[in-house]
Amino acid sequence: MSEPRKLLKGATGDWEVVVGLEVHAQVSSVSKLFSGASTTYGAGPNENVSLVDAAMPGMLPVINEFCVEQAVRTGLGLNAEINKWSRFDRKNYFYPDLPQGYQISQYKDPIVGEGEIEVELDDGSTVMIGIERLHLEQDAGKSIHDLAPDASYVDLNRSGVALMEIVSKPDMRSAEEGAAYFSKLRTILRYLGTCDGNMDQGSMRADVNVSVRRPGEALGTRTETKNVNSIRFVRQVIDYEARRQIEVLEEGGTIDQETRLFDVKTGETRTMRSKEDAHDYRYFPDPDLLPLELPDDLIERVRASLPELPDQKKHRFMDDLGLSAYDASVLAMDKDKADYFEAVAEGHDGKLAANWVTTELFGVLNKQGLTIKESPVSAAQLGKLVGLIEDKTISGKIAKQVFEHMLTDDQGKDPADIVEARGLKQVTDTGAIESAVDEVIAANPDQVERVKEKPKALGWFVGQVMKATGGKANPQAVNEILRAKLGVE
Amino acid sequence: MTDIPELTLAKLRDALRAKDVSAAEAAEAYLDRAEGASALNAFLRIDRERTMAAAKASDEKLARGEGGALEGVPLGIKDLFCTKDVETTAASRILQSFVPPYESTVTANLARDGAVSLGKLNLDEFAMGSSNETSAYGPVINPWRRTGKDDKLSPGGSSGGSSAAVAAHLCAGATATDTGGSIRQPAALTGTVGVKPTYGRCSRWGIVAFASSLDQAGPIARHVRDSAILLRSMAGHDPKDSTSINAPVPDFEAVLDRGVKGLKIGIPEEYRLDGMPEEIEALWRQGEAWLRDAGAEVREVSLPLTKYALPVYYIVAPAEASSNLARYDGVKYGMRIEDRDIQEMYAKTRAEGFGAEVQRRILIGTYVLSAGYYDAYYLRAQKVRKKIADEMNAVFEDVDLLLTPSAPSAAFGLGEKTDDPIQMYLNDVFTVTANLAGNPGISVPAGLDGQGLPLGLQLLARPMDEETMFRGAYALEQAAGFTARPGQWW
Repeated sequence: MSEPRKLLKGATGDWEVVVGLEVHAQVSSVSKLFSGASTTYGAGPNENVSLVDAAMPGMLPVINEFCVEQAVRTGLGLNAEINKWSRFDRKNYFYPDLPQGYQISQYKDPIVGEGEIEVELDDGSTVMIGIERLHLEQDAGKSIHDLAPDASYVDLNRSGVALMEIVSKPDMRSAEEGAAYFSKLRTILRYLGTCDGNMDQGSMRADVNVSVRRPGEALGTRTETKNVNSIRFVRQVIDYEARRQIEVLEEGGTIDQETRLFDVKTGETRTMRSKEDAHDYRYFPDPDLLPLELPDDLIERVRASLPELPDQKKHRFMDDLGLSAYDASVLAMDKDKADYFEAVAEGHDGKLAANWVTTELFGVLNKQGLTIKESPVSAAQLGKLVGLIEDKTISGKIAKQVFEHMLTDDQGKDPADIVEARGLKQVTDTGAIESAVDEVIAANPDQVERVKEKPKALGWFVGQVMKATGGKANPQAVNEILRAKLGVE
Repeated sequence: MTDIPELTLAKLRDALRAKDVSAAEAAEAYLDRAEGASALNAFLRIDRERTMAAAKASDEKLARGEGGALEGVPLGIKDLFCTKDVETTAASRILQSFVPPYESTVTANLARDGAVSLGKLNLDEFAMGSSNETSAYGPVINPWRRTGKDDKLSPGGSSGGSSAAVAAHLCAGATATDTGGSIRQPAALTGTVGVKPTYGRCSRWGIVAFASSLDQAGPIARHVRDSAILLRSMAGHDPKDSTSINAPVPDFEAVLDRGVKGLKIGIPEEYRLDGMPEEIEALWRQGEAWLRDAGAEVREVSLPLTKYALPVYYIVAPAEASSNLARYDGVKYGMRIEDRDIQEMYAKTRAEGFGAEVQRRILIGTYVLSAGYYDAYYLRAQKVRKKIADEMNAVFEDVDLLLTPSAPSAAFGLGEKTDDPIQMYLNDVFTVTANLAGNPGISVPAGLDGQGLPLGLQLLARPMDEETMFRGAYALEQAAGFTARPGQWW
């Protein structure tokens, strides 16, 4: 057993929190897992319901091969073992939004086995988190209880939609790690295109398992908090549950193995049902479906079509483009940002491009509350601006001015045209710079004397020359000429 | 004028094609008979208007020289097959007034080939039963009576409406389903031919499910040829059923007269049960002799696991049924007993909606799947099922067909076995193995017992080898020359 990474202080000593996540991710697919009904979000109630989804008598499920491929793709993206033989089981329970009276899921033989992903933490360090399994299952419909005082309504649009349940190993040791894992998982799924990760639409949600123990001791009793649908809430649930459990244990109590609900308003969890009330789901293999056997060529075809994944991208940004681990991570962990950055960096210096994207652009986007896709400056434009700095058409300082114009009164314009139109072109003509230098030297004899004793005062002259040239003089040229004329080494 | 209900299905088909009779005449003749036989309670619904409209459409096709393999042939449809815009109840209160907006693949295939539906046939509730007495709409009465007696007999089950209607010439043929023997046992008890094809030969799509891994549709008809004609139209790959087999459907009728010369017929010694009526044993020997005389080689074979088939069946089938019937919860369609509490609504609806036998099987199924019992019952049963299938396949390496009795007794009286489920379950003792292993089987009427009731012999074949099965069945039929029929007392 590894050394405890992170400990929580209790009243009676240190505690270690142990976290595992079961993440339900909706498979990006046009139709449902076992029927041809559409999965479009936002349709009217019960518009996307086939006879199969409504569990009409005699209806039979037929597996959606695309959903199977998406699960394989996800498995490969999680560096996990693909099970060539898997099987669907029925999980039996009664609920009005479960028309069949059972959910078709994979219980004993999931399509994907063990895997592992690298998760970035706030301090730039990484931890490896194990994946226990991934299986395919049907989503249930939705019960709506607040439309009428004396009735409940059922919307079956989600009934039968394909979900991937991705179960982690209990490898996380803090709220930060739990949230970071959830976030990284989302990044990978979005990269793979197997889940859109839209948590506000219910495309991704987590059941959060939390237990605490004294360092070095066996695992404690865990609670499972259901349907947590944001990264922030995952963090809150773990924090709350860890604190609550420590408190209970320190007061001599015991933790009940139970299912809990998270209250978004209070940030607290509360009991939903205890172990005694747990359903007996009577799992058994679904006799309507044959075992799922994956041919090698399917797996290989999916493998060959995998995109570059965030970790690969991150390391390429570091190794090939010379980005810092931090910048590489920030850019690679969001596919849209990575795509934008790569477009900016195309043909330019990677580090310079990364600086402009992460500092200047992200600063603006953050301030304006915009996503990268809503950026007022296109990647092509920003790339051109970087190019103007590289070929010394403008200085970095002037570039910031140009960038400012690109965001405001010159939106959509080519940076080169802005530079031209506004006369911001850098002066590299040494004659022009020399005369400016001569003027400054002539006008400031006292300073000339000073600089001879104190070479650092050269900066003052540079500033004066830049001021005289409206900032357009090439700073390097100004420096060289000044040094020569003032005799400063 | 031709007495249409007296024609075999094959002859009626030919007469329709030759325009010797019209589809409308055929439909009318059968409708009259069906409507006049309400004492048998074989039909749950007859829709004269709908039938006549379909028959007229068939006549138009036939007039144009078009028309499918069954154009204009009137059939009865077991009420387990969903029929578009026609009430489909599975003989259960819980599906009362349920009108499917879709047509089962098997009945759609029949309609594609021009068959005309006369209406829906009674059955045991959700096909659970061997006597048709579990129907929520009353038992079906066997048209056969013991010589000189008038006590009511069961037509077998669950396809008792199908077997009785065919035996009484209320339809030219009927659809049926077989989960543990529900086609072959009622066929045996009514002097008709019943075919359970290979699992996967007929699509299950649109058939109200009982036990998915065992359910198979098949025909009941008066003659082997008629059943071969019907099966060809019913069968075929269906992408909507994942367990449907993707293989061409042979012309079963074309192989009938190829004979059995050189075929190896196995007689499984384990099918010789203690206390089995002597007449059944004797008929079995007779069947052996007929096939041997026709040129087949008969040999004893052993299937030692046979005795486990029934117990395995009564774990697997209820387990699947308990889950398949969960959808009848009063929420979406069918019956609902209102209650403000959802659990109460479920409980009341299912308590009122399901009959005693269905409830018994749901309870058994729920029990064998529940935590702590799954391994001992369901899992073990599945393992034994696999061994039974392996044993069966091994025997079929040595023989082409197995010959057995179809049922352990002739038709029995209504109420005679209803108090003892085990006695009732024993009806399936000869048939259930084919369901567990997936093999095709056929029951052929072969003789009468001392009380004048029909007895059947069963032939089992390799999976997907219905052709050899039909050859054997046709040879048996020819040799038996079974022409007895029930007197019309209704």
